[in-house]
Amino acid sequence: MLVIKNLHAKIEDKEILKGVNLEIKPGEVHAIMGPNGAGKSTLSSVLAGNDKFTVCEGSVTFNGKDLLDLPPEDRAREGVFLSFQYPVEIPGVSMVNFMRTAVNEHRKYKGQEPHSASEFLKLMREKKQLVEIDSNLTNRSVNEGFSGGEKKKNEIFQMAMLEPKLSILDETDSGLDIDALRIVANGVNKLKTKENSTIVITHYQRLLDYIVPDFVHVLYKGRIVKTGGKELALELEEKGYDWIKKEFED
Amino acid sequence: MNVTCRITDLQEEYVALYDTHLSTLQAGAPEAMNALRGKAIEEFKKLGIPSNKVEDYKYTNLQPHFKGELNVAFSNEAAQEGVSTDFNCQVPELQTHNIFFVNGWYSHQTDACPLPEGVIMGSIREKGNANPELLAKYYGRRAPIGTDGPAAMNTAFAQDGAFIYIPKSTVLKRPIQIVNIMTGDVDRLVFQRNIIIADENSQAKIMFCDHTLSSSKFVVNTVSEIFANESSVMDVINIQNQHNNSVQVAGYYASQKKHSNLMTNNMTLHAGLARNNVKIKMEDEHCEAYMNGLYLCDKNQHVDNFTFIDHAMPHCNSNELFKGVMDDGSTGAFTGRVLVRKDAQQTNAFQSNNNLILTESARINTKPQLEIYADDVKCSHGATVGQLDEEAMFYLRARGINTDEARVLLMFAFAYEVIEKIRVEPVREQIRGLVERRFRGEFDKCSSCVACGDVDGHLGCL
Repeated sequence: MLVIKNLHAKIEDKEILKGVNLEIKPGEVHAIMGPNGAGKSTLSSVLAGNDKFTVCEGSVTFNGKDLLDLPPEDRAREGVFLSFQYPVEIPGVSMVNFMRTAVNEHRKYKGQEPHSASEFLKLMREKKQLVEIDSNLTNRSVNEGFSGGEKKKNEIFQMAMLEPKLSILDETDSGLDIDALRIVANGVNKLKTKENSTIVITHYQRLLDYIVPDFVHVLYKGRIVKTGGKELALELEEKGYDWIKKEFED
Repeated sequence: MNVTCRITDLQEEYVALYDTHLSTLQAGAPEAMNALRGKAIEEFKKLGIPSNKVEDYKYTNLQPHFKGELNVAFSNEAAQEGVSTDFNCQVPELQTHNIFFVNGWYSHQTDACPLPEGVIMGSIREKGNANPELLAKYYGRRAPIGTDGPAAMNTAFAQDGAFIYIPKSTVLKRPIQIVNIMTGDVDRLVFQRNIIIADENSQAKIMFCDHTLSSSKFVVNTVSEIFANESSVMDVINIQNQHNNSVQVAGYYASQKKHSNLMTNNMTLHAGLARNNVKIKMEDEHCEAYMNGLYLCDKNQHVDNFTFIDHAMPHCNSNELFKGVMDDGSTGAFTGRVLVRKDAQQTNAFQSNNNLILTESARINTKPQLEIYADDVKCSHGATVGQLDEEAMFYLRARGINTDEARVLLMFAFAYEVIEKIRVEPVREQIRGLVERRFRGEFDKCSSCVACGDVDGHLGCL
């Protein structure tokens, strides 16, 4: 589904990704862990198409298409979804209007008719229940005045609405208490199918108790330096990242 | 009688025009209007048409716009019979008492149901003559003829306009809509003079809709005096939609009495050059004033909002919000003076001006001015100039929304705050739609009365 080959990316003149290789097949859950500054969020931003970062080498194909060639909106319509680490507040844009526009743009891209108002509201209602998001949140402006937990729930709600093929969860667990974490993780698990894949980017292992990965990768200094099963996450939790750093430096 | 004048040397020629046609100006006009003309023309001789050397007009030089060949209608022939009856001007879901002016002259009024008893609505010529004492009591009381050139000029030349009076304790359920239509094949200079009086404990909503229906150049000098008497509640909404060749200097001069509540909304959706002078004086205690404005400019349009809230008495609240979106090579200015006089203790005065600049060449000059002479007050002011938020742009695009659509969403979100202040729901809804269409570039030039939806067929509009 997703093939990343020798990906290099920089912001201004600073190279952050220095040759990332990763392949993700349908239905797989990959966790990417790593110390601060390793390039985890850069990787997710580059995949989503944030033009703050420049790709200087390498390739990314998504279901056979050159992902790097597409503008962010087309990547989203192709089925890439980024759950932002820091979701943006947009006062004045209502959640309903935002989601209706997004869903209908996706439908248009696929050659489908836009949803009628009642169809759309029905869809919203279903998905709200699925991810246990408070009804009041969807009556407000996008993320405006939302707590950290509400913002993250709202990301998962958007994911439910857009039904992506590949979801990238960028530090979705940061700042969440255990109850919010459970709700968010439950939402992700309910949306899981055999066809869609997930990249979970996290600093801590706890989220992976709820969203169980098939593979765990350690990103360090812009490269994936270690790959293992879910037990690698436990090892990292126990021993920290120093041994990885040491291994890498050696 | 229609007079074509070619103006090159401003003051002298306008004064000569006045001298030549004084008897025409006076004929049929109410005594109160005629009584002020002499003083007004003397003041105009001193003040003239402001250039940008006049501090208050620093960003808007009006002189070039008042030069050239312009027609002045000294009689109501300018209200071409029949034109405005074809003009469909309805806000859906909103029944209004409509009064139509064509080229500054009263044309007619339409009314689905009768006005409450005692309400006066019509031409200032006719209603002013019928109610001379009422007019004399208020006329000229607020217009700053001693300090503002265009206001002095208007007072000297004006012959017609709207007269609205809401008697004591009367609540007008439906808004009054004053539709100003500029039309015809000749370039015109128009003076319109409106007076709106809400008497004690009355309530009314007044809408001014300004339109252009032909491509001629229109120079409009309008003065509206607004009186919110004790315990009255009044909304004044101006929806301006004029073509790029229009020049409008509009003065809204209001005064408030005890416990009155006044809101002004100046929505400049499309205008060539617009200068709004909006001034509210709180002449008594416990007044509340809300002054809001939205200006959307593109191409080489120019909008200048010059506002003044005068806290002359204690225990009053004012809240001012102006927002602007500047695209292409448009230019704009905002001045917001808030004066809290020495006696005006316990004043709350808040002001904010926010601007969105979409291009390198668009310009805005914003000048908040807070002057406080009292020592127990709560006041704030702020001005911002910024671009579209790139992070928000990316967020929207990452959800599959294309750049154009994302821009419209964000621009609308910016303007939204001002639209939501309007206290008449159907008008709010209408303006939401209009603003969205404006941002989508769907009304480059108006197709009809923008405030009122499409009009069928034969009235072409620029």
